[in-house]
Amino acid sequence: MSLQSTELAPAEPPRLVVFWRRYSRNRAALLGLVIFTVVVILALTAGIVEPGDPLRRAGAPLTPPFTDWATPLGTDQLGRDVMSGIFYGARISLLIGVVATLVAIGIGVLIGAIAGYFGGWVDDVLMRVTEAFQTIPNFVLLLTLVAIMGSQIEWITVAIGIVSWTAPARMVRAEFMALRGREFVDAARNLGVSNTSIIFREIMPNALPPIVVYASVIMALAILLESALAFLGLGDPNYASWGNMIGQGRSVLRTAPYCAVIPGIAIVLTVLSFSLLGEGLNDALNPRQKKR
Amino acid sequence: MKPAFPPVLGYALRRLLQAVPVVLLIMVGTFLLLKLAPGDTVDALVGDMGGADAAYIERMRAEYGLDQPVYVQLLTYMGKLITFDLGWSFVYEQPVSAILFERLGVTLLLMATSLTLAFSIGILLGAIAARRVYSLTDNVISTLGLIFYATPSFFLSLLMIYLFSVKLGWLPVGGIKTVAGFYTGWDHYVDVALHLVMPTAALSLIYLSFYLRLMRASVLEVADLDYVRTAKAKGAGETRLMVHHIMRNALLPVVTLLGLQFSTVLGGSVVVETIFTLPGLGQLASQSVVQRDMNTLMGIIFLCSIIVVVVNFLTDLLYARLDSRIELA
Amino acid sequence: MSQPVLDISGLRIALPKGADRPFALEDLNLTVEPGEIVCLVGESGSGKSLSAGAVMRLLPEPHVHVAAGSIRFMGEDLLAKTPRQMRDIRGRDIAMIFQEPMTALNPQKTVGWQLDEVLRLHTRLGRKARRARALDMLERVQLPDPRSAYNAYPHQVSGGQRQRVMIAMALLLSPKLIIADEPTTALDVTTQLQILKLIRELQVEEQAGILFITHDFGVVAEIADKVAVLRMGQLVEHGPAKTVLNNPQHPYTKALIGAVPALIPPPAKPLSSAPVVLKAEGLRKTFAARGGLLSGKRKAVAAVKDLSFTLRQGETLGVVGESGSGKTTVSRIVTRLLECDSGKVEVDGTDILAASPRELRAMRKHIQMVFQDPMASLNPRKRVVDLIAQGPIVHGTPRKKAHADARRLLELVELSPAAATRFPHEFSGGQRQRIGIARALSMEPKIIVADEPVSALDVSVQAQVLKLLAELRDRLNLSLLFVTHDLRVAAQLCDRIIVMQNGEIVEQGATADVFANPQHPYTQKLLSSIPGRHWTPPVLTTEAA
Repeated sequence: MSLQSTELAPAEPPRLVVFWRRYSRNRAALLGLVIFTVVVILALTAGIVEPGDPLRRAGAPLTPPFTDWATPLGTDQLGRDVMSGIFYGARISLLIGVVATLVAIGIGVLIGAIAGYFGGWVDDVLMRVTEAFQTIPNFVLLLTLVAIMGSQIEWITVAIGIVSWTAPARMVRAEFMALRGREFVDAARNLGVSNTSIIFREIMPNALPPIVVYASVIMALAILLESALAFLGLGDPNYASWGNMIGQGRSVLRTAPYCAVIPGIAIVLTVLSFSLLGEGLNDALNPRQKKR
Repeated sequence: MKPAFPPVLGYALRRLLQAVPVVLLIMVGTFLLLKLAPGDTVDALVGDMGGADAAYIERMRAEYGLDQPVYVQLLTYMGKLITFDLGWSFVYEQPVSAILFERLGVTLLLMATSLTLAFSIGILLGAIAARRVYSLTDNVISTLGLIFYATPSFFLSLLMIYLFSVKLGWLPVGGIKTVAGFYTGWDHYVDVALHLVMPTAALSLIYLSFYLRLMRASVLEVADLDYVRTAKAKGAGETRLMVHHIMRNALLPVVTLLGLQFSTVLGGSVVVETIFTLPGLGQLASQSVVQRDMNTLMGIIFLCSIIVVVVNFLTDLLYARLDSRIELA
Repeated sequence: MSQPVLDISGLRIALPKGADRPFALEDLNLTVEPGEIVCLVGESGSGKSLSAGAVMRLLPEPHVHVAAGSIRFMGEDLLAKTPRQMRDIRGRDIAMIFQEPMTALNPQKTVGWQLDEVLRLHTRLGRKARRARALDMLERVQLPDPRSAYNAYPHQVSGGQRQRVMIAMALLLSPKLIIADEPTTALDVTTQLQILKLIRELQVEEQAGILFITHDFGVVAEIADKVAVLRMGQLVEHGPAKTVLNNPQHPYTKALIGAVPALIPPPAKPLSSAPVVLKAEGLRKTFAARGGLLSGKRKAVAAVKDLSFTLRQGETLGVVGESGSGKTTVSRIVTRLLECDSGKVEVDGTDILAASPRELRAMRKHIQMVFQDPMASLNPRKRVVDLIAQGPIVHGTPRKKAHADARRLLELVELSPAAATRFPHEFSGGQRQRIGIARALSMEPKIIVADEPVSALDVSVQAQVLKLLAELRDRLNLSLLFVTHDLRVAAQLCDRIIVMQNGEIVEQGATADVFANPQHPYTQKLLSSIPGRHWTPPVLTTEAA
C-alpha cells in the first residue's frame, strides 16, 4: 500500500451479489434451499395436484405404496391417501412454522431490544419474566395453553409462538447490550438522534442478521412442536398434519410401517432444510466467523 | 487462589435469592392460567356429583373462597403452593402432590440418563469433529448431528420400536418394568435398564446434536485464541493442548446450554413417556390435558419449574467452579 | 562463536488464493547474532508477524505456508525438523512473547501452573524443584509478590504484570532465541519502558538473541541493535540501528521516520485573549462497579474527581494520561454521552449538563466528537453519504441539501466524492477516520472533542490525519479537545495540555513549558518514559506524499 491513503479501493459488487456468492459457497446450504423450495412447492400446489379433502376416503384401507396409481404412496387404515396428506401437511407445517416464528420473533425482539437497550431495572424486570417463561418446560406450557384455549389451528399457532419467544429475546438482548456500547451508537447520540431512532435505525439493522439466522432455528422447532402436538392427538382435527399421520400410523406400525415412515421422512427433510438454510444464511450474513 | 468454602456459600445463597422472583412469577402465572381455564373447582366438584342446585353451588363457592376478590384468591393460592398443597385431582381422587411424587422418580431417572448420555457423547463427538475439521470424520459426525437434530423424538421412537421390538424383539415396547416379572435385586435393575434404553435414546439424540454442534463451534473458536498459540509456542503436544487448554475453556458455553435447555428436555419427556408408557410426569401431563384435569396440570407445571430452578442452580455452581473468572465474593 | 542464532535466507511465505497479494513475505534475509536485538519494523500488513510464525513453524498451514527459503537456528535447518523435534525446540530453545498479555494466558489455569507446564514439558525436574525454579524466575522479572502471583489466575494480575509473567515463561529455560511480537504495544507508556528495560537486562544476562517485532520507531530507538524494515512483505532496508534511524536510505523508511512526531512542541499561540468556548467546572464521576443488590462485590471507582479546565477559541487542549486516568471519561462527560455526578460544562456560557433533552439536542450542534476506533464509530450498514448527512437531517436540513453538503465535506477531508455511495468496510482505517471527521464537521461545530483519533492508525496514516485535523482547525477556527495517551502526538498538535492521573489533573500548562520543564513527579515520569526520547527523528527532505 502506498503512503497516499486517500485513494479508494475498487468498488465492491452490489450487496445482493455478495450475499449470494457467500451463501452458494456452502454446498449443504444449497441442498437446504432445494429441499425448502420443494416443500414450498408441495404446499402451494396441494390444491391443484391433489384436489379434494385429504381426510376423505380415497381407496381401499392400507393399500401399500406404489401399487395403485390413484394413491401412489398408499393409503392408511381409514383409506386416506398418504400422498395427499403429505401435500396438505406441508401447507400446515409451513403455515404454522412461519406464523409462529413471526409471533415468537416479534415478542422476542420487542422484549430483548427494550431490555438490552435500556438496561437497569427495566432489564431486571423483563429478564425475570423471560426466565419464568423459560423455567416452565415449553412443551408442558404448550399442552396447557392448548388445553385451555382449545385445539383450533389459530390457537395452536399463537401458543407455539408464546412458548418460543424466550430464546430470541435473550439473543436480541445480548446483541443490543453489545451494540449499545459501540461507538457508532455514541456517535448517533452525539448528533442528537432520538432513542427510538437509535433503537430501530442504528442498532436494529446490525442486530438483524443473527435474528434472521435464528428464525430458521425457531421455524424448525415450531414445526417439531406442532407435529408432536398432532402426534399426541391434540392438534386441530380438521387439517391433515404430518404429526397426526404418524400418530395414526402408530397403531398399524406392525403391518403398515409406511403410514408412519413417509410423513416422518417429510418432517425430517423439512426440519433439515431449515437448519441447512440457517447455516447458509449465517455464512452469508456473518462473514467474520469464516476462517482465513 | 482457590475459592475457599464461605465465598461459594455466599454465591450459592445469592443465586438462590435471584430465583425467588422467578418462582413467584410462575406461581402468579399458574394462577392466571387456572383462572383462564373454563370452569373452576366447584364446577368440577358439581360435575363429579352429577349436578346440584344454585344455592348449594353458591355456598360451595364461598367455602372455597371463590367469592373473594381475585388478589385474595391469589394470595391464598400462593400460600398453599408454598406448603406444596397443590389441590385435589378429581380424576385420580387423590391430592395432586401425592400423584406427582409417585411419578417423579421415573421422570428424574429418564432425565438423568438422557442428559448424561447426550452431554458426554455430544461433547466428545463435537471435540473430535472440531479437531479434524473439514475431514471425513468431521463430515460424518456433523451430518449425523444434523439428522439427529431434524428427527422428532416421536418418529425416532416409532422407528426404534419397529426395529428393536417388532422386528428383532430385543427390547420391551413400553413400561418401566415387566408387569408380571416380579424381579428382585439385580434382575430388577437390569429389567428397568432394558426398559429405559429406547426412551433414553429417543430423548437424548436431539439434545446430543445440540451439544455436539455447540461443542464443535466452541472448540474451533477456542483453538484460535491467543493462549492456545502460547501453549503451542511452549512446545505442548496435541493431547495436552486439547485437554488442558482447549476443552477446559470450550466446555463453558456447553455447560451454560445444559442449564438453559433442561426445561426443554423435561418438556420433551412428555412425548417420549407417552409413547413408551412410562409412568412419569410427562405421561401424566398429556393424560391430564386429555382429561381436562387442570389442578394436576398446574401441579406438574409448578413441580417442573421447581426442578428446573434447582437444576439451574446446580449448573450455576458447576459453572462457577469451572470458570475461575467468576468472582464468588 | 560467529555462528548466528537465527539465519533466515530467501524466505518466502505464500498466502491463500484471493488474498491481496500472492506472498506475505518475499525473499527475506535476516540474521540474529547471540546477545543481539534485531527489530523487524513494518506497518500493519507488512508480514512481520508471519515471519515470527514461520520461525516457530506455527503458521496457519496449509493456507499460509513457507514456499521457499531456509530458516537456520544455530546452524540447523528448522524447516527440515519433524513436528516432534519442533515441539522440543519450542519453549526450550526458542521462546515467544506475544502482544496481548490479556489474552495470551489461559484464563482457567493459575500463573504457576502455566509456568510449571514449560518445565514439565522440557525437563525431568521434580515438583518441588520446578516450583522453586518458577518462583525464582518470577522474582527475576521483578514481580512484587512472586508467591501470590504464582497462585493467582491471570485475570487477578494487572496487564503489565501479566506481560512480566509472559517474559518469565519465555526465559524459564534460558532459550537462545526469543521472538517478541509487539510485546509492549498493549501497555501504558510507563509500563512499556519498564518492560523494555527488563527485556534488555535479562537478555544481556542470558546472552540470548532477540527478534523484536514492532511498528514503533520510538521503541526501535530504545532497544534495537539492528533494524530491518519491511514493506508489503519486502525487506526495503536493514542495517545497524543508529544508521537506519538517523540516516535512512530507502524512501519508504524515510517516509516512515518522517512521520514520527518529534518531541518538540509548537510555539505557543497567543490565545489568552480569545474568548472561552468551553468551560468545565468541578466535574465528578464515580462508577459503581457492577450494580445490582445481588450481583456481588460493589466498590465504587472514582473516574474523575473535581476536574476544571477551559478551552479557548482556536485552541487545542490536550488531555494526556495513561489508561485508567479518566481522560476518556472527560471526553464523554463534556459531550454528555455520559451523565456526570456533579459539575458544570459551559458551552458559550450555557451549561450543557443542565440542559433539558430538547435544549441538549440543539446544543449538540456546537460540540462534536471524533472517536477512537474509526471502524466501530461508523454504522457498518449505512452508506457514507447517509452517515455524514445524518446529523444535519436530524436538525432539520432538507435531505437534498444535506447530501450535497456531505459530498462537499468529503472533498474537504480529501476523499473522492465517489466515496459517498459506499459502505464503511470498503475503506482503509485512515479513510474511515476522515469520514468520521467529515461527520463531525457536518454540524458546523465550534468545538471538536477527539478521543484518541489516531491511536488505531499506522504511523504514516496517523501523520496525515493529524495534519488534516490541524489544517481544518486553523481554517474553520475550531477549538479542539484532544484526548490522547501518546505524548509525541500531544507534543505535535496541542497548544496546552492537561496531564491526568487517577481522575485528577496533576499538571497543566502550555505544551512547550510542560515538556521543557515538568513540575509534577508523575509528569516527569511520563516524559522520561517516552520510548526513544533521546532520539530526535532527522528532518528529512523527502516528500512524505
